[in-house]
Amino acid sequence: MDGAAAPQQTVQEAERQIRRIPLVLNRRNFNWLTERISGVVEQPAPRWWWVAFTVTASVASFGLFCIGYLISTGVGTWGNQVPVGWAWDITNFVFWIGIGHAGTLISAILFLLRQKWRTSINRSAEAMTLFAVICAAIFPGIHVGRFWMAWYLAPVPNNWAIWQNFRSPLMWDVFAVSTYFTVSVLFWYTGLVPDLATLRDRATTKIRKFLFGFFALGWRGSNRNWRHYEMAYLLLAGLSTPLVLSVHSVVSFDFATSILPTWHTTIFPPYFVAGAIFGGFAMVLTLLIPARAIFKLYDVITPQHIDKMAKIILLTGSFVGYAYTMEFFVAWYSGNAYERFAFWNRIFGPYWWYWWFGMLFCNVLSPQLFWFRWCRYNILVVFFVCMCVNAGMWFERFIIIAGGLVRDFLPSSWRVFHPTWVDIWTYIGTLGIFTSLFLLFIRFLPMIAMSEVKTAIPEADPHHELPPQSVSPDGKERA
Amino acid sequence: MTTTPYGHRVYAMAAEYPSAAALYEAAKRVRDTGFRRWDVFSPFPIHGMDEAMGLGKSWLSGWVLFGGVSGFLTAALIEFGPSWFLYPLDVHGKPWNFFTVPAFFPIMFELTVLLAAFAAFFAWQGMNGLPRWNHPMFNWQRFSRVTNDGFFLAIEARDPRFTENSVRQLLEETGGQHITIVHED
Repeated sequence: MDGAAAPQQTVQEAERQIRRIPLVLNRRNFNWLTERISGVVEQPAPRWWWVAFTVTASVASFGLFCIGYLISTGVGTWGNQVPVGWAWDITNFVFWIGIGHAGTLISAILFLLRQKWRTSINRSAEAMTLFAVICAAIFPGIHVGRFWMAWYLAPVPNNWAIWQNFRSPLMWDVFAVSTYFTVSVLFWYTGLVPDLATLRDRATTKIRKFLFGFFALGWRGSNRNWRHYEMAYLLLAGLSTPLVLSVHSVVSFDFATSILPTWHTTIFPPYFVAGAIFGGFAMVLTLLIPARAIFKLYDVITPQHIDKMAKIILLTGSFVGYAYTMEFFVAWYSGNAYERFAFWNRIFGPYWWYWWFGMLFCNVLSPQLFWFRWCRYNILVVFFVCMCVNAGMWFERFIIIAGGLVRDFLPSSWRVFHPTWVDIWTYIGTLGIFTSLFLLFIRFLPMIAMSEVKTAIPEADPHHELPPQSVSPDGKERA
Repeated sequence: MTTTPYGHRVYAMAAEYPSAAALYEAAKRVRDTGFRRWDVFSPFPIHGMDEAMGLGKSWLSGWVLFGGVSGFLTAALIEFGPSWFLYPLDVHGKPWNFFTVPAFFPIMFELTVLLAAFAAFFAWQGMNGLPRWNHPMFNWQRFSRVTNDGFFLAIEARDPRFTENSVRQLLEETGGQHITIVHED
């Protein structure tokens, strides 16, 4: 600050260099956002939607049939056997619950970190969280065998004098997952209310007006309301942040508090949380890349958004790679013969290719492509890596769970796990449930948080120049 | 009570503003003029509007603290009550008294978060007087743009400083457009 004014040219050059790429491209205004995003919900369902929904709903129905068959016949319809007592069921549980984590990371942690780019993706990511947790919650419920006794998990007073063992990690899991689901619903619905009000105000039919009006709670965008609303949103984000980190930590306690080699490790909580965010972001991109193409949302979900998500996949993928390496190091360093054997078994045992393909190639190596800008901006490469990660994270959970059990302490009881058709179709069925719910979501609710994306438009800033202009008086687009 | 010549009760006088920035400047004027019962409406929360309206911090956080403490105490009660007082049994080889607390932490944490989140959810509705079926502002047809791209300011008739001429003048001076009387019913 020497008092001398910098030449106009220098100032402009400096401003050009530090200018950020806008989050909403092509200077779209508030009305364009409302029209484009509400339009998806208001127009009749396109033909592809019916085709897709028929397929996914059929798969989901068959999955539900498999669940019914399992409950009516017994867990013998699955391939679970001594020593592999936990197999695809718990693998699927951990897989789905992990996917949910990206949604909460985007909605809560990125909110606290003031990452405005989250606004374009948070709604669909949160919806994905809910649907993934629904799929996850199925498995612990049905794998216990006597499904109709699942209510024993709830601490309700009863005349059989049953009280839960609150010291058990499985009980922690019940509380963690149900709290996670409930808080995610509250957070998601809170975010939806202003957008439901938008749909209410645009509704043309009586039934839409009633339904959207009912769920919009009479929201009218009053600043006296926004004031409490924003505080609630901030606090919900603040509560969800430790919650999401706790959920997968608690899931990892299911394993870490046992005394089985490869399960009994202190690295599990951070390792599981990083893996969950890693796998979840891959699923977010798997859903959003097609959605943005189908609904022509290129100006809202921009290459910049994909680039940032790819960077998070690279970061968390590297955490995961570090954790894998550290597990092997500790197995060697511990000098414990059982621990060493279990990890040797992981690479060269019956599930050797699961490790080489799933964990090493899909989870550790494929995200390393994202060091290169070209790869982060190439949709096909991003989609390929995400599919690798989706598959790799399932393999990782299977290796940790079944791989840790398949060769136990007594060689005479070693036995490789073979899934039955019920195992396989229950898992595929949850994929159908997940995609069906997501298709219903994009059909009936705004898939992008309109009121939040609007705050990322420059005109939303009250200190934006007066009057707001997207074109200069001579009609040319301003630079 | 203010009524129109046709006998409608008047809720407020309202105006539309062309941008968030214009609404922000207008709000500062209305605040400085000394009105108490007035509000601004926008499709999204405008940064800094609370100060421009002269509103302080939202004490919704008090409810959340209450919810969190209740959740923590509930967990402590259902965990320690049976373990320490009712049925002191040796489970998992862990102590039955206070020293078993590490195994009780996860559920204490989860219930703290759960009840705090419920408190936040119900408090933002309760403190805003929601849900409600209708509101006088919805009687104004232009107001349906508030959830799209409209920015509105309304000064209520029950404000002691409200007179039709002075409010209309103030709204005009701050750049308000489509100035209108909003009916109560």
